[in-house]
Amino acid sequence: MADPNWLIDFPAIDDATLRAINRAIDDAYLGFTRTFGAAIEDAFLPLLRLMVWVEQMLLGAPWWLVIAVIAGLAWAASRRPALVGLVVGSFLFIGIMGMWEDTMRTMAMIAVCTLMAVTAGIPIGVLMSRSDRLKGAVVPVLDVMQTMPSFVYLIPVVMLLGLGKVPGVLAVVIYAIPPVIRLTDLGIRLVNEEVLEATDAFGASPWQRLWGVQVPLALPNIMAGINQTIMMALSMVVVASMIGVKGLGQPVLRAVTNQYFAMGVLNGLAVVLLAIIFDRLTQSYGRRLQRYRDDA
Amino acid sequence: MTPESKIAIAGLYKIFGPDPAAALPLVRDRGIGKTELLEQHGHVLGLDNISMTVRQGDVHVVMGLSGSGKSTLIRHLNRLIEPTAGSIHVDGTDIMDLSPRALRHFRRHRASMVFQRFALHPHRTVLGNVAYGLRVQGVKRATAEARARGWIERVGLSGFEDRFPTALSGGMQQRVGLARALATDSDILLMDEAFSALDPLIRTDMQGVLLALQAELRKTIVFITHDLDEALRLGDRIAILRDGAVIQEGTTPEIVMRPADAYIADFVKDINRARVLRVKAVMTSDRAGARGPAVDAQTTLEEALTAFHDDPSGRRPVSREGEGIVGSVGLPEILRAIERPDISGSDARVTPQARAAG
Ligand SMILES: Nc1ncnc2c1ncn2[C@@H]1O[C@H](COP(=O)(O)OP(=O)(O)O)[C@@H](O)[C@H]1O
Ligand SMILES: [Mg+2]
Repeated sequence: MADPNWLIDFPAIDDATLRAINRAIDDAYLGFTRTFGAAIEDAFLPLLRLMVWVEQMLLGAPWWLVIAVIAGLAWAASRRPALVGLVVGSFLFIGIMGMWEDTMRTMAMIAVCTLMAVTAGIPIGVLMSRSDRLKGAVVPVLDVMQTMPSFVYLIPVVMLLGLGKVPGVLAVVIYAIPPVIRLTDLGIRLVNEEVLEATDAFGASPWQRLWGVQVPLALPNIMAGINQTIMMALSMVVVASMIGVKGLGQPVLRAVTNQYFAMGVLNGLAVVLLAIIFDRLTQSYGRRLQRYRDDA
Repeated sequence: MTPESKIAIAGLYKIFGPDPAAALPLVRDRGIGKTELLEQHGHVLGLDNISMTVRQGDVHVVMGLSGSGKSTLIRHLNRLIEPTAGSIHVDGTDIMDLSPRALRHFRRHRASMVFQRFALHPHRTVLGNVAYGLRVQGVKRATAEARARGWIERVGLSGFEDRFPTALSGGMQQRVGLARALATDSDILLMDEAFSALDPLIRTDMQGVLLALQAELRKTIVFITHDLDEALRLGDRIAILRDGAVIQEGTTPEIVMRPADAYIADFVKDINRARVLRVKAVMTSDRAGARGPAVDAQTTLEEALTAFHDDPSGRRPVSREGEGIVGSVGLPEILRAIERPDISGSDARVTPQARAAG
């Protein structure tokens, strides 16, 4: 070493080299987005359509119908009048405080993100439960997805797809998908060996065994995963608003930059109410799925 | 092999461990035993050269202490466990040759199983559990459930169709397990300590249920147990397993009257022979000179004694349900059978006889 100070100062590569490396990576990625950006954007067109469709449906329907449908879902999931009361009360409050439209946009966003996370997450979790090698490969990726500061992976998504709904959904799904995957894998691995042996003894095919026994018995765990996924998606609402996703996140962002305290609290409260409703709803449903355990 | 042979097991070995194929010659050719194989070579000898024939329509009991390989053996019969070597012919087909598809067909239609800890589907109702085998076969829901209801009634669970298993007692859960296995109409029933987890009274009850069903259905049943009384009550033939090897096989009376070695003699020494042995085991088919009321072939010797109160020197005709008079029995044979045999080492070795006792 020519420089004797390397024991004191960390022998980092010099700034110029670092800049060159960063530039090289950025250029390569930029090249990739230029070449494939349009194609990828086209590939996500159905997602955009779905997103727009759900949003239009929620915004277009009369408010009382929306409340009635969600209250009906709450009843179906829990059979508990208290939860139905909470749902109706919360939405009336949101409506009266003028946050109806933003809330519907956020709900549309959460619904689509959850749908995406579940449709991708359950199959991944199922595959993971069947192979320890796959699990060994997927778990570190999930760890990175969950611990990487969420702003960081907004950057490549935005570079690739620009601002708007689709990159928003992608960012949210990446952030929120790990719990569904993890708990699907866990739930299937926890299914009783003897029950599976009996299933095999009756000649069930792998498909019959998966959908008739493993997934149903893992469902309480899978529901817990979906619940966490929804919560994480909601927590991304504000971050997603920074890349142009409309909804409750935008007023919060505006409130932060302009120091509108009341506005921030109100919209924040609406997010909290949504979180509580979705949480109670999915949990009650998860419990009802297990009612065979305490059939007396 | 007799024509009535249903399942023929030949040279079956199962070795558990990292390299069973390498350990096989040690056992097969050099005769290394279970303990040495484990200590010197780190493999577990599960089954050691099992050859055994199960006859059509018999209840074939496999008995042995815990760890003797009973569960391992019965799981080979529907290939829940793959052997290290050997063959199992069912109706002449080696089930080791079955493709995955053919094996599924075999499990769906030919052999069904009842488990020690029931292994019911907790998320299905009683009806759903009993119909499961049929649903797997591809039978339509309505048909499957209608047939399942019939079996639920047969095992005495009417009214519980919509309950979940957790709501039922152990005895009731095993009735579900039995109905589930019977519902597929398979000709072979595999029962791995099916009643061992039940209380003694319930267990006796279930044995009665099984015997009653079997009298009518005449399935080929392989029944695993570690309980001698159960083995004697249910078994037409009994195979005794120790350290993965069959050490004696024969009809129930053969085992009781001529135990092959001290180990088995020890097993059977305390049983009440008058209650365990039945007339069918000591009767002769010659019915000349028999008079008085007929004795049923299924009667225990203890009960049969009462038929000789008035006329100790005469012979009584023996009847069998559905067949009428099939032979005769006299007091001397009965008394000889009840006497405890003296077991003197190796000359007591039994060669299984072709004569069917039941
Ligand atoms: N998967 C396995 N791996 C290693 N050893 C096993 C395995 N299954 C069974 N064994 C061993 O094989 C022997 C027979 O077991 P098992 O068939 O369960 O006995 P039983 O049903 O008569 O109690 C035991 O020594 C047991 O420890
Ligand atoms: Mg066992």
